[in-house]
Order: sequence, then structure tokens, then C-alpha cells
Amino acid sequence: MKLNGSQILIEVLKEEKVSTIFGFPGGAVIGIYDELAKSEVEHVLVRHEQGAVHAADGYARASGRVGVCLVTSGPGATNTVTGIASAFMDSIPLVVISGQVPTNLIGNDAFQEVDIVGITRPCTKHNYLVQHINDLQRVLKEAFYLARSGRPGPVLVDIPKDVANDTFDFTPMEDINLKSYNPTYQPNMWQLQKVINLIEQAERPIIFAGGGVILSKASGELTEFARKTQIPVTTSLMGLGAFPGSDPLWLGMIGMHGTYRANMCTGHCDLMVSIGVRFDDRVTGKTDAFAAQAKIVHIDIDPTSIRKNIPVTIPIVGDCKITLERLSSLVKKSDPNHLKRRRQKWLDQIEEWKSTRPLAYKQENIIKPQYVVEKLYQLTKGQAIITTEVGQNQMWAAQYYHFDQPGHFITSGGLGCMGFGLPAAIGAQVACPDKLVVDVAGDGSIQMNIQEMATAVQSCLPVKVVILNNGYLGMVRQWQELFYEKRYACTSMDYAPDFVKLAEAYGAVGLRATQPEEVEPVLSEGLSVPKPVIMDFVVAKEENVYPMVPAGAPITEMLLV
Amino acid sequence: MPEEKHIFSMLVDNQPGVLSRVSGLFSGRNFNIESLVVAETIDPLVSRITIVTKANKPVVEQIEKQLNKLINVIKIRDLTGPESVKREMALICVRAKAEHRAEILRIVDIFRCKVVDVGRRHYIIEVTGDEGKISALLNLLKPMGIKKLARTGPLALLREPD
Ligand SMILES: Cc1ncc(C[n+]2csc(CCOP(=O)(O)OP(=O)(O)O)c2C)c(N)n1
Ligand SMILES: [Mg+2]
Repeated sequence: MKLNGSQILIEVLKEEKVSTIFGFPGGAVIGIYDELAKSEVEHVLVRHEQGAVHAADGYARASGRVGVCLVTSGPGATNTVTGIASAFMDSIPLVVISGQVPTNLIGNDAFQEVDIVGITRPCTKHNYLVQHINDLQRVLKEAFYLARSGRPGPVLVDIPKDVANDTFDFTPMEDINLKSYNPTYQPNMWQLQKVINLIEQAERPIIFAGGGVILSKASGELTEFARKTQIPVTTSLMGLGAFPGSDPLWLGMIGMHGTYRANMCTGHCDLMVSIGVRFDDRVTGKTDAFAAQAKIVHIDIDPTSIRKNIPVTIPIVGDCKITLERLSSLVKKSDPNHLKRRRQKWLDQIEEWKSTRPLAYKQENIIKPQYVVEKLYQLTKGQAIITTEVGQNQMWAAQYYHFDQPGHFITSGGLGCMGFGLPAAIGAQVACPDKLVVDVAGDGSIQMNIQEMATAVQSCLPVKVVILNNGYLGMVRQWQELFYEKRYACTSMDYAPDFVKLAEAYGAVGLRATQPEEVEPVLSEGLSVPKPVIMDFVVAKEENVYPMVPAGAPITEMLLV
Repeated sequence: MPEEKHIFSMLVDNQPGVLSRVSGLFSGRNFNIESLVVAETIDPLVSRITIVTKANKPVVEQIEKQLNKLINVIKIRDLTGPESVKREMALICVRAKAEHRAEILRIVDIFRCKVVDVGRRHYIIEVTGDEGKISALLNLLKPMGIKKLARTGPLALLREPD
């Protein structure tokens, strides 16, 4: 079958069962768009290419599949960089297709030419410039394979315009085989047996799980393993939802804004079984003091994650799901009550930490942002998909919404990229049309990709935006308050648009609450409208996120309310 | 932690951009490169990169793992130990005044290297050997005046078992 490059792209999308892509057209991709419009592949037209990548990212996380976007050369391509970097830091499987100037113009500073392969080399799992039509099909198949296998990540494919127009005799390809790429899925059984021995000896064990558990779809296996061994569980920000937030063994999140008990456990445990994590500095605080009394087991599919930041007792390279299954099967079928009794002292200690220092805030006669998230949790019965922007809003969403399932908390963890939440919500809504999808936003961040409201309205994606409007770049202001003697340099959002009118201008619904008693009615109404909605909650201006571990301090040394 | 010198030898896809993936990894992750040699192997689809780096133990471990993670790196091996042969080549342009000419040739003879270009005021000497030999030669020639120097940095190959 003779096909041109654009048609080959569509064929591969169909083979990969891609039903929707996110993108924005331009000169270098007109031909591809022409074929796309003829095909069954749906396209969500964003308003900025950064939005396309975040949307594909949100789609990937909510669906567990590869997210795809399509952009033009030059500025279209450079606009994707932030989105790609965010997906790279969080190991999200994406295929980003960019148009490129024709091969005979490459290197000539042609109109809308940019070396996007060079620019994205350090923030993609891999990338390609397709030089010849004969390579296109193979490269696209490899891109999907690389994006989703091993430690997932974004892969960029740059397609020059003449390659997209050129023809090729297309037949479906066999499986991809890359001689230099062979992720290790199967853990070493000897190492696993050592872990079991450590667990049997441990008096104060904890499990520390991260985004890797969600990526390998191992939440069920993690839950089974923790319950079988009666080991309490904390997760990183990226791991929220990997273990049920309503389980008695749940410790809450670890790290800079982790719960008191999770961070104290880290300081006092004698065994830490860490799974699918990379020991980010926002988790460890001062590394020398991190889990200083503990033997550390580290399970991850990426060998470079192991011993990068933290020395470990037992390194295990393997897939989280397979490894947890194996571990569970090796655990002796001891009576859970017996285990519980053995762990009782430790569990009692944790209970004491929990009851003396719970997550807390002071109710006042002004809307507290934490209260808005609590109410959101209650009204949605914990079933909504929550995306976030970045800053205090993100941390309050992480602390006060409790996640029982994976794929329900979608945040830019590693890059901490403001402007992520709204487009990510759009992508998640495409993946899960029947779910309620809510972006918990800050007044600053929401303005970084607010233009995507038009995308939501045009594509009939009824995402809800909950703005915790404190009139500040709140998280930066919090640091200024605590560490720069309240010099609020350039963090006040003195001027912001009227978000209600702005929503209306976009053809969405706008609501506002200024008093605590208005929170619930506004949420109820906003969540029930079958359209995109912005809810503007005017909250306490100088509320802080606690607990807080100052950057570089030991994780057990927290500032509390 | 003390820093040690390591020689990594790797087979990589012979494609445009692969070298910049490798060198970009070093600069992006703050690893150090002392020398780097690249050329095609007997298989035109594959190149060999030999890279010398200096780092402490955990960083050396990271360097090897990170290189391995690059999709275009087919195989990597740490060839620091005695089980590999190491050679470096240098071209040395040395000032050759009349009173030094005989002395230079004697040194060339002792070091078993070659004069590959002769002029009225200079010799160009080609030398191969391990790093120690080349440094020793340079030390001896220095007093005569070294005009120009080009060194390859070491290459390494694992010895075959008998
Ligand atoms: C793109 C980008 N620029 C700057 C920052 C630094 N930053 C982190 S949090 C924050 C404040 C965000 O303000 P807002 O969205 O209002 O959230 P709040 O903390 O007030 O809830 C800033 C500026 C960032 N994370 N991302
Ligand atoms: Mg704010």
C-alpha cells in the first residue's frame, strides 16, 4: 500500500489505538492535519502548544495510555518544551510529533526552523529527527514503544515537511526490537528473599511508595503487600492514590509538606521499603539525616534512580508490579493478628503522632483554602479526578483531598510547573468523559494557561476550576514570610482579572464565594453544571502550608501550625 | 570521597546526534570529561566511544548507569583495570635547534617513536603509548620547546582470554 508520510502517521496512530490527540496546526504540519481531518482520530484544538503537552500528560495519567500531541515547527515546537520537561520529570508516556522545515532547508535558518531535537535532548526519554520516509514508520513505532515501556517518558519525533509528503510502501510492522534497550522487569529473587528476611526482623518498618507504583499499575499489589505484612505506607506527592487514603495503614504524604507522622516515621523507622521512588530533595530534606536509623530497600525499574541520592541496603531493579507480586507471594502466611501484635508498639507510636499532630488549620471568619479542599472532598465523595496548579494550592489539594485510587491525583511533581492544572484537566476529561475533573488552582498559576478555557468550551469538556484566590503567589510569599522577613518582593497579584467575568467571556460558567458559608453552595452548584466552570474562592491571603520542612533541613524538623 | 580516573568504552549507534547525547549527559549532570575519542568500528552501523572521566565512586556508578540508559548506547564497559590495553597517541611539534637535533633523535629512538615531519627549525614526532610514556616524553622534550601538541586521549580494548 503506497502511503505518504502523513498517512503513515495516521496508520500508526490507529495501530497504537490512539483515539484522540492534542495539538495546534501550522505551516509545517498542514499536510498532516489534512490527513488527520479525514481520519477517525479525534483532535482537541488547544490555544497554546504548552497546553497540548500538558493535556496529553493529563490524558496519559488518567487513562494509563500514551498521550499524543501534534505541533508545527519553530515556535510550535519550542512552546512544547515546558510540557515535555514536566512529563519527563514525572516519567509520563507521551509521543510529541513536531513538524520541521523540509530536509533541504535544515540548517539554513529557514523560516520557522528550530533544532527541536537538540533543544529537547536532555528532557526527553529519546527523540528523533526523521531524515527519510523509509524510517518514518519504524521511528513512530519505536517512539510509542519507548514512551510506554521501562521507565516511561516523553519521546519527540520531528518530521520534516517533505518527509510527510513523500511516499512509502507501507505494510504493518512486526514487533519493535531495540538491541540497546532492554528494561529489566524481573527482579532478582535472591534480593527479594533478603527483603523478606529484613521484614521479618524489622520492628519499625514503613513502605515508601511513589509514582512508579502508579505507572506500573501496581496499586492493588502494593495494597495487598502492605496489608499482608501490616506495614504502614507513606507516598511521595507523585504516589498519592497508589495506596488507599482511607486505609488504617495510611500515613499520609512524606516530604517538605508531608504529614507529621509520615515524616516522623521516616526518622524513626528501622526498615524502609521504597518502591517506585527517586528520593527527590523535596522528599528527603537533608539526605544524611534521612531515614538514618533504617535499612533501605529500593525497588525501581530505572537503575539510575538507585543509589543516586541515598545509599541503599538492598537495591532491586525491576517492575514495581511484578516485584510486589513476588514479594507478597514470599511473605509467610502468618496470621495478620499476630503481625499486628508484633507491630503494635510501632503502630501505637504512629497513632500518637497522628492524634497529637494531625493536619490542621484554624477556622476563622474568612474562607480557609484548606476548608475549600475539604468540602470538595466531601461533596465529590473522593471520586473526582483532581489536577493541580503549583504552589500552596497544590499542597493543600495533596493534603486535604484523600485519594483511594491511582490516576486521580494529577500534578506536575518534579518540574512543579505552574499552568499545568487546567490543560491537564482537559486531557483527563477526554480520557474519562464520565468523571468529574477538577483543577485545584491558584490565582497566579491559573493565569499561565487560562487560554485553555476556550479549548474546554469548544471541545465541550466540562472541567471545573477551583481557584484558591489568595491574591498572592502564595507559596513564594510563604517563603518570603518565613525566610526573608516578610519582604514580599513581587509576589502580590495586586491586579487579577475578574475570574467570574472571565469565565463568562469564555462561554463558561463563573461563580464566586467570599464567605465561609458560601463555599458549599458554590461548590455544589459549580460541580453540578454540565459545562466548564470557574469557581473563584476568595480565601485568607496569608495562610501558610504546614507542616513545612525548610529546604535542606532534616525531614523530622518541621514547622507546624 | 576520593576521585578516581575511569575509562569507559562503549559501542553506540553510528548516527548523527549520538555524540551530543553523550557529551550533553556529562555537561547536564555535571560529570567531568578528561578525554573522549570516537570512531567507526568494523561494523559501519556502530561507533566506539572511549571516554575518560574522574569522579568519586558513587558518581562513577551514576555515570556508567546514565550512559547505559541512553537509547543509542549499545554496550558500555569500564576498562580502567589491568585486563585492558590502553594506548594514546600524540603528535608533538618540537623546536629543533642545531644543538638539540641529535638529542631529540636519541630520545625518539629510546621511546621508540617516529619523526614524521622534519623542518629546518622543527621536528614533528608521532608517539603512541600509555599515558605515562607520553607524559615522560613530553617532559624530556619540554626544555627544547614544544611548539604544538595534539593528543588523542586514551583508547582501550579488553584483552582477549587465551
Ligand atoms: C512556571 C513557573 N514559574 C514560577 C514558579 C515558582 N512558583 C512556585 S509556586 C508559585 C506561586 C504560585 O502562585 P499561585 O498559583 O497563586 O498559587 P498559591 O501558592 O498562591 O496557591 C511560584 C511563582 C513555578 N513553580 N512555575
Ligand atoms: Mg495564589
